[in-house]
Amino acid sequence: MIPLNHYLVLGAVLFAIAVAGIFLNRKNLIVILMAIELMLLAVNMNFVAFSHFRADPAGQVFVFFILTVAAAESAIGLAILVTLFRNLRSINVDDLGSLKG
Amino acid sequence: MNLPLAAFYVCAAILVLAALRVITARNPVHAALWLVLAFFTAAALWLLLYAEFLAVTLVLVYVGAVMVLFLFVVMMLDISFDKLREGMWRYLPLAGGVGLLMALEMALVVGSREFGPQAAPSPGAPPAGHSNTKELGRLIYTDYVFPFELAAVVLLVAIVAAIALTLRRRKQTRYQDPSMQLAATKAGRLKIVKDAPAGAGRAAEGNAE
Repeated sequence: MIPLNHYLVLGAVLFAIAVAGIFLNRKNLIVILMAIELMLLAVNMNFVAFSHFRADPAGQVFVFFILTVAAAESAIGLAILVTLFRNLRSINVDDLGSLKG
Repeated sequence: MNLPLAAFYVCAAILVLAALRVITARNPVHAALWLVLAFFTAAALWLLLYAEFLAVTLVLVYVGAVMVLFLFVVMMLDISFDKLREGMWRYLPLAGGVGLLMALEMALVVGSREFGPQAAPSPGAPPAGHSNTKELGRLIYTDYVFPFELAAVVLLVAIVAAIALTLRRRKQTRYQDPSMQLAATKAGRLKIVKDAPAGAGRAAEGNAE
């Protein structure tokens, strides 16, 4: 059978790829949102693996909730992106300075 | 090498490849499609862990809803993506370095013998007649019923927020105001004028000419 650490290393690699993706696509808001989805997938992978190997289905319930929150997050994120594009005609992260943060 | 392990390696390779293509694709539409492939492969990996319900949910919710939303937005916006990509490879050393470092650190921790086959033996396949969906349903509707309702509230907030953010009122468009329609009375709409005496109108016409 597949050992647990295979799944954990796969989750770690996936998470690292997503972090590198945020660095690479520093200007493109859409790809940043996609990289966040990849990160959540990596976390979910760990949850499901631990849930199976500890024979505790509570981990899968947590994945269920993470999926819910991730769906809400991407819906609101894309709504903000559409509003932003309507006002600025751009989704470049460098152009977002109206809050002067 | 047994069959599940081979399936795991094939799926893991496809998943990592798809993830790499997501962050390096030239066109965001392609990135979204590679992300769809990544979710499908992750669902296959979860099937290997006997998490059938979540695997199906991942395909339905992510591929069916979230990624379609992404594709919809990417195709709706008219953006020149080449401008967003300029200078992208300048960050490759930093991104690659941080990514490799994170992956190495985490692999050292979670890839150790503590999580190996001896320390964490696989419980194997569930017994025949075992239903993953039934078990999850029992948990969600008993022990986790309050978080489950909170999740429903989160989704409701997301719906309201998404609509409130993107709703746009155009100035040219005419709207009905039902309260004003209902508050209209006869006095406000109808004015009875006395008929002018005969000859007055003709005199007025003459003046106008």
